[in-house]
Amino acid sequence: MSKTTAADLDRADALAPPAQWQDYVQLLKPRVMSLVVFTALTGLFCAGAKLNPVLAATAILCIAVGAGASGALNMWYDADIDALMRRTQRRPVPAGRVQGADALAIGLVLSLFSVALMYLAVNLLAAALLAFTIFFYAVVYTMWLKRSTSQNIVIGGLAGALPPAVGWAAASGTAPLNAWLLVAIIFFWTPPHFWALSLNTEEDYRRAGVPMLPVTHGEKATRTQILIYSLILAPLAVLPAITGLGGVAYLAAAVAGGAAFVALAARLAIRGAKADAKRLFGFSIFYLFSLFAVLLVEHIVGAAPFAHLIG
Amino acid sequence: MSDPKHESEAARKARNGRNIAMFIGLMAFVILVFVVTITHLKGNVVAGPSF
Repeated sequence: MSKTTAADLDRADALAPPAQWQDYVQLLKPRVMSLVVFTALTGLFCAGAKLNPVLAATAILCIAVGAGASGALNMWYDADIDALMRRTQRRPVPAGRVQGADALAIGLVLSLFSVALMYLAVNLLAAALLAFTIFFYAVVYTMWLKRSTSQNIVIGGLAGALPPAVGWAAASGTAPLNAWLLVAIIFFWTPPHFWALSLNTEEDYRRAGVPMLPVTHGEKATRTQILIYSLILAPLAVLPAITGLGGVAYLAAAVAGGAAFVALAARLAIRGAKADAKRLFGFSIFYLFSLFAVLLVEHIVGAAPFAHLIG
Repeated sequence: MSDPKHESEAARKARNGRNIAMFIGLMAFVILVFVVTITHLKGNVVAGPSF
C-alpha cells in the first residue's frame, strides 16, 4: 500500500489555492448533515411533546453542528487515506485547501459549542446523547474501527443511527423504546447501504488499506451479508406500525419498500452484477428517506397510529 | 504563516471571506444564545413563582 505522508500533505498545502469559506462548509459534510437533520427532525416530531419552536430549532441546529463537527474530525484524521481514494481525494484536507490542524480545531470547537448549547437550551439527556454520537463517530469509528476491522461500518453505523434518539430526547427529555426502534432501523440499514456502495469502490478501499468487507472477505461474502441484513431490516422497519408509532401509510411504505429492498438484495446476491449493487445503493437512500418522511408527515398531520386502528 | 506583504490578491480575498464568515458565525451564535435565554425566561415568567 502506498502511504501518503505528512510531507506529501504539506506539499499539497503549499501548492493548493487559498481556502475559501466554502471549503470549511465542505469540511462539515453537508450531505451527511442533511440526512442527520432529517432523521433527528422525525424523532423530534414523533416524540409528540410540546417543545417551544425556538428551542426545537435550536436542538436541530445543535444536532446539525454536532454532525458537522464529527465530519471535520473525520476529515482531519482520515486525510492520509482520503488522499488515496478517488471519491474523497478532492476533500478540503487531502486537497490541501484546509490544513489538518484547522480541521481538528474546527471539529473540537464545534463539538464543544453544539453539546454545550444543547445542554443549556434543551436538556441534559439530549446533550449527552449528542456528545456520545460525536465521540462514537470521531473516536470509535474513525480512529479505531475503520482501519482495524471489516465490521467497521456495522458497529460504527451506530453513530449515524442515533440522531432520531437525540431529536426525541430533545423534545421530551426521554428516549423510550420507539426512539430506539428508529435507531435500530438506521443501524440495520447502514451495512447493506454502505456495502452496496463499497462493491463499486472496492479498489479505492484496497489501495487505501481500509478493511471494507469486499476487500477482506470478497464480493460473494459481501453480497450474502447484504442479503442477511436486508432480511433483518425489512421486518424490523414494519415494527413501528405495531408499536403505535406509524400509521397505515407508514405500514404500506414499510411493507412495499422492505419487499423491494429484499428483492434487490436477493438479485444482487444471485447475479452479482455491479449495476445491481448500484441500484440497491440508490434504492436504499430512497427507502430510508421515504420511511422517515411518511412517519414525519403522519405525526405532523396527526394521523392515527395503525396499532390504535386495529386494537 | 505567510508574509502579509507578499500575500497574493487571491489569498487576501480568501482571508477576508473567511473573516467575514467567522464574524457572521459568531454573531449568529451570540444572537442565538440571547434568543434561547429570553425564551427560557419567558417560559419561567408564564409558569409563575414556584413557591
